[in-house]
Amino acid sequence: MTIDYPDDLLYRDSHEWLTTDEPRRVGVSDFAQDELGDVVFVELPEPGDPLAAGDAFGVIESIKAVSDLYSPVDGEVVAANEALFDRPELVNEDPYGDGWLLKVEVATEGDLLSAEDYQGLVA
Amino acid sequence: MGRRPPLGDSHEECGARVTEFGGWTMPVRFDSIRAEHAAVREAAGKFDVSHMSELVVRGPDAAALTERLVSCAVGPLAPGEAAYGAVTDDQGVMLDDTVVYRRPDADGHPDYLLIPNAGHDTEATDRAERVRATHGLDATVENATERFGMVAVQGPDATDLVADVVTGGSDLGALDRFEATMASVADVDCWVARTGYTGEAGVEIVCPWAATAVVWDALDCPPCGLGARDTLRLEMGYLLSGEEFDPETKPRTPFEAGIDFAVDLETPFVGRDALIDATDPEKRLRGLRLLDRGVPRHGYLVLVDGDEVGHVTSGTMSPTLGDPIALAYLSRPHRAPGTDVAVEVRGDPVSARVVNTPFLDR
Repeated sequence: MTIDYPDDLLYRDSHEWLTTDEPRRVGVSDFAQDELGDVVFVELPEPGDPLAAGDAFGVIESIKAVSDLYSPVDGEVVAANEALFDRPELVNEDPYGDGWLLKVEVATEGDLLSAEDYQGLVA
Repeated sequence: MGRRPPLGDSHEECGARVTEFGGWTMPVRFDSIRAEHAAVREAAGKFDVSHMSELVVRGPDAAALTERLVSCAVGPLAPGEAAYGAVTDDQGVMLDDTVVYRRPDADGHPDYLLIPNAGHDTEATDRAERVRATHGLDATVENATERFGMVAVQGPDATDLVADVVTGGSDLGALDRFEATMASVADVDCWVARTGYTGEAGVEIVCPWAATAVVWDALDCPPCGLGARDTLRLEMGYLLSGEEFDPETKPRTPFEAGIDFAVDLETPFVGRDALIDATDPEKRLRGLRLLDRGVPRHGYLVLVDGDEVGHVTSGTMSPTLGDPIALAYLSRPHRAPGTDVAVEVRGDPVSARVVNTPFLDR
């Protein structure tokens, strides 16, 4: 199985991605979902909640593992992907599409990597 | 790196993710735990369980020794029969749990094969030798862990699938649960038993270490790792050594662990005298089903009205039920099925209900 690293996204070293065009969205990378295995639970903040770059904003759980989710930006939550509450497996099936986690209002981007640099870090 | 099973290279080649378990490096998943779990519930899957220990007890006093080593009745076992028992210390605390198989007699004497948990082989061998010496028994004790590989094939289609590659002798279809026979599997002489750890039909195959790959490759079903093995056993409420019991960190008796059926107090096993008055303990292992979102994990607190009444020993999102499930030791006032409790998930209480195990009808 090949792991995708779309080059129009920015990445945190903790495996979250951020879109560069509006609406700005946040998710976890293909690499991360593959490492986690079957995602069974996602805990996300609510619209209006503040985000601080590098701070934990939620939790993602696979059958075997519990991992914190870290914000790639300073800003605010615009929407959480409520589809994941019933179908957390969307993170595995489509990590850059239907498996997105948050829509965010970005005040400042944190320290983020290009696709190439992120891939170099994890692959 | 831990001890490697005979299939270690094969698992590596097919890209299995591995984990350290009981001192062994074992595959945790080949594909997805959910897919492997579903294969076993719906059709069949194969597990490399060569990390399990094998202890062989044989000789004139083999029965007298074995019945002191395990809590189940050994005396009534005929060749080809098996029983599940606890291994307890003289206080009745569980050290291990094991299946005991009586194999065909060797040199006119009984021959028992025990399957202690992974990494317990040296300790189990030493203990058997001590008990033998204490009682002056005439039997040999062999740690055969690295002489045998072990493959479990589990699922509704498993027995047929194995029967298809039995090349000589035995009719596996005629075996009942907890019966076993010698059979030739892909031309390898194996001990094939109708036992398992998933709640499904199927067999466990004990084969010569070096021939494990021949047996494994002949079985036409998806390989499954320890991840699915854990979710499958948890749906059945089966115990996992180190989680539901551990002599150091979680000292529990077989009655607390709910395996009363595996204890025969009429037999002279080590721990029997301590357990005879302990058959109705204050705490017992129970199932929990969470009523709200959250995944219970080992160590999470169980609360009643905000007060701690126990903690989760094992928990997961049940792949079959789609609901979070857990096991926990609960005291008498809180353990009746239907009792409302809560599990503290990262600081927040999540509603849960006490239920009987197994979580699935099987």
